[in-house]
Amino acid sequence: MKIILNIWRQKNSSSPGKMVRYELGNVNEHMSFLEMLDVLNEELTRKGEEPVTFEHDCREGICGSCGFMINGIPHGPERGTTVCQLHMRHFHDGEELWLEPFRAKAFPVLKDLMVDRSAFDRIIAAGGYISINTGSAPEANSIPVKKQCADRAMDAAACIGCGACVAACPNASASLFVSAKIAHLGLLPQGEPERDRRAMRMVLKMTEEGFGYCTNTGECEAICPKGVKIENIAMMHRDFTRAVALFREESKAGGAG
Amino acid sequence: MGTIALNSGLERTAFFYQSVVGKKVVMAVTGSVLCLFVLGHMLGNMQIYQGAEKLNNYAAFLQGLGAGLWAVRLVLLACVGLHILSAYQLWRLKLDARPTPYVKKATVATTYAARTMTWSGPIVLAFIIYHLLHFTTGQAHPDFRRGDVYHNVIAGFSNPAASLFYIVANILLAIHLYHGVWSMFQTVGVNHPRYTPWLKRLSKAYAWVIGIGNVSFPLAVLTGIVK
Ligand code: FES
Repeated sequence: MKIILNIWRQKNSSSPGKMVRYELGNVNEHMSFLEMLDVLNEELTRKGEEPVTFEHDCREGICGSCGFMINGIPHGPERGTTVCQLHMRHFHDGEELWLEPFRAKAFPVLKDLMVDRSAFDRIIAAGGYISINTGSAPEANSIPVKKQCADRAMDAAACIGCGACVAACPNASASLFVSAKIAHLGLLPQGEPERDRRAMRMVLKMTEEGFGYCTNTGECEAICPKGVKIENIAMMHRDFTRAVALFREESKAGGAG
Repeated sequence: MGTIALNSGLERTAFFYQSVVGKKVVMAVTGSVLCLFVLGHMLGNMQIYQGAEKLNNYAAFLQGLGAGLWAVRLVLLACVGLHILSAYQLWRLKLDARPTPYVKKATVATTYAARTMTWSGPIVLAFIIYHLLHFTTGQAHPDFRRGDVYHNVIAGFSNPAASLFYIVANILLAIHLYHGVWSMFQTVGVNHPRYTPWLKRLSKAYAWVIGIGNVSFPLAVLTGIVK
C-alpha cells in the first residue's frame, strides 16, 4: 500500500523545524508503524539524505521509548497502543499522515521526532521511590495488602512513562504521569510512610519543570497506551492538599535511627 | 531536592498556591461557592412568576438582612476575585507550557465545554458587571426604580438587545458549569468509579437547570408571559 507522510524535520534543539513530505509506495500492511519508518529511512539513506530520527527500544509496548504524534494524536488513532505496536493495516491505501514530536516546554525537541523527556526522570528522582533498601525477598504474607489496593496500584504502575499524556493535554500537564506514580506507591503499605512527602515533592517538581496544570478534559486518559486513569489525578490532588495542610516538621530531638 | 520547610501558615499557603495543584484547588473551591450562589439566585428569582408583590417582598427581605447581606457579598466577591486570579495565572502557565503549537492537533475526549472554559469565563465576568450595573445599582438601566425589582426586570428585559445579552451570557454560564461542576469534584480529589458517572450527570443536569431557568426570565418578558 501507499502512504504519504508529512514528517517534522528539525536538525537540533536550536534550529527551527518544518514539515517535509515523503511518499512511500511499498508499505506492507503487516508492518508496524516503526518498521514503515525503517523502510523510509533505508530509502533516505540510500539517497544520501538524513534519516528521520525517532526513539524506540523494545518495540513491544513496554519500555515507553517510542511515541510521537500521528495526525494530532499521540501514538496514533488506535486506542490502548503505543506507536511501536501500531500496525499499518489500520491505515488505508494512499492515506496521508502528519507526524510530529510531542510538544511541551518541558519536552524540548532534540531532533526530528525525538524529544528530551528527562524532566520525567527528575520528577521521579524528587520523590517517586521508596526509601527502603532491597534485600532478599521477604516472606510473601508478612505485609498484607488489600486486593483492591493491589489492583489499583498495579493499574497505575502500568504507566511506561512515554509522555503521551503531556503531548495530548491542552495544557501540557504531566498530571497523569506524576499521579500514576503517586498512586502506585501510595496505595501500597511499603509506599505509605512517604506518601505525604512524595506528593509534595513530586507536585512541586512537576510545577518547576514547566508542565501545565490539569483541567480535567480527560484527553490523557483517552489516549494513554496503558489505560492509566484520571482517578489517579484526583488522588494526587487529595494527597497533595492533605500533605500540605497536615505537614509537620520532623522532630530534631528524637527518632534517631 | 532538600527538605521542605513550612514554618508559618503563610509559608504553607504559599507552598500550596505556588503549585499547579494548589491553584486548581483554589479554582474548584471558589467555583463551588459561586455555583451554589448561582443556583440560589436563580431559585429566588423564580418568584417573578408569582407576581410583583412576591418578588419585591423577597428583594426587601434580602435588603433587610443588612450586615448579613454584606457578609455574603464580600464572600462572593472574594470568591470571584480568587477564581479569576487563579484562572488568569493558570492561563498564563498554559501558554508557557507549550510554546510551539502543534501543526495538527486532534482531540479524542475533550468536550466543547471543557475547551471553551477560558472563553466562557471572561464573557460571563463581563456579563456579571453589566448585570450589577443593570439591576443592582441601576446605572445601566433606562428606568431604574430602587426597591421595585419587578418593574426593573420588566423594563430592563423589554429591550431586546439587553435580553439577548442575558440569554447568550447565561447559555455560556451553563456551558461553563457543564464542565465546571464535575471538574470541581475531580480537582478536590473526589473520583470513584461508583460515583463519578453520577457526578458527571449531576454536572450536566446542573448546567441545564441553571441555563433554562435563567434564560426563561428574559424570554418570559419578551414574549409577554410576565408583564
Ligand atoms: S519502543 Fe518500547 S514502547 Fe514502543
